[in-house]
Amino acid sequence: MKSDELLAFETDCHLFGDCGYPAPSLWSFEFEPIFTLGPVEFTKPMLLALLSIAVVIGFFWAAFAKPKVVPGKLQMVAEVLYDFVRRGIAREVIGKQGEKYVPLLVSLFFLVWAFNMWAIIPVAQIPVSSIIGFPVALTLVVWVTYMTITFRAHGFAGGMRNLCVPGGLPKGIYVILTPLELLSNVFVRPFTLAVRLFANMFAGHVLILVFLIGAWYMAGPHIGALFSVTSLVMTLLITAFEIFIQALQAYVFTVLTATYISGALEEAH
Amino acid sequence: MMIHLAAEEAQNPLLPAWPEIVIGLLALGIIYLVFHKKLLPAVNKALEERRAAIEGGMEKAEAAQAEARQTLEEYRERLAEARHEAARLREEAREQGATLIAEMRDEGRRQREEIIAAGHAQIEAERRQTAETLRQDIGRLATELAGRLVGESLEDHARQSRVIDRFLEELEGRAEAAEAAR
Repeated sequence: MKSDELLAFETDCHLFGDCGYPAPSLWSFEFEPIFTLGPVEFTKPMLLALLSIAVVIGFFWAAFAKPKVVPGKLQMVAEVLYDFVRRGIAREVIGKQGEKYVPLLVSLFFLVWAFNMWAIIPVAQIPVSSIIGFPVALTLVVWVTYMTITFRAHGFAGGMRNLCVPGGLPKGIYVILTPLELLSNVFVRPFTLAVRLFANMFAGHVLILVFLIGAWYMAGPHIGALFSVTSLVMTLLITAFEIFIQALQAYVFTVLTATYISGALEEAH
Repeated sequence: MMIHLAAEEAQNPLLPAWPEIVIGLLALGIIYLVFHKKLLPAVNKALEERRAAIEGGMEKAEAAQAEARQTLEEYRERLAEARHEAARLREEAREQGATLIAEMRDEGRRQREEIIAAGHAQIEAERRQTAETLRQDIGRLATELAGRLVGESLEDHARQSRVIDRFLEELEGRAEAAEAAR
């Protein structure tokens, strides 16, 4: 790949040149297909998504395939991470019944985290979750799980009640609230779950690009060098911040999933 | 460039492409299966074993502590017993010593009395022998004196008393001679 394709912006533009600042755009999120299989264009984010499987499974396979009662370093780290999801999310949010959903929550957490982490891995440098298709896929699973649990736990009528009628409110309110609640639970929740993750990673990527392109754009043997260096420092700071956001968004996604499951399991009011 | 060729399509970052959804589902599905079927059961087992091991270790430690406590108690009991025994032995020894001393004292007294009795018996025997000798001497002397008295005239009172005096003087003289000879 040529460097301008990799970087997805006009690398020839510089300060005091003919062209202006090549701001990052939606093009920063579109890639030339690596290969095309019929109607399917296989792109870099897809490759990274597949690599994420290898990363997550590789790490936990190495740590947990032959678990020791007295753990080694790798197993200990993996256990801390696992325990964080199991105790910190499943047990905390759902309670005792949460044990059943630990595999799903663990999978979601580490897959989302791996998706996000590609943003700062050299050469990869694009968060997989900034491509809407991937958050949508994960959200579909969460939504199906949410609905399944709701109707399995309470039957059709009870499930609908659970989805539409929040308890403990004056009767008149329900006229307005019931459709809103249905809309919120069935449509808005999954939509926001997917878009929250997508938008955070999308914005993070754009932010890094803005400063990185700025550093490149302003570099040169003139006053721009000063701004260039400042911009580069900002890039580093934003990158560090992104590391935090990546983990945080994975956590938020998993906690919200757990909250939905917990809500679905709750007795209808 | 390729990216500019694609520009004719309207761009909407919120419209998912189905291959991405498929790959996303695939990724989650595979990871879920591996976690659910293999890795999490394995690690849960290990965690459970560890918990059991830790609890087992605690139980073992508790047992060891209890044993130590029991041993200490036994030891104390034995120590107390030993002290008691020692005191008893000392007491016994003292009693035995006292008995021994008393016996020896009795023995000593008995021996002394025997010795004294033997002395008495000897003295008595000597006294008897002396008295016998004395009686014989006195008999002989009396016979001698009687012979002398008979040889002289018994009528003469004066002479008679002279004889007696002389005899007595002679006796004294003999006694003195005996005294001097000693």
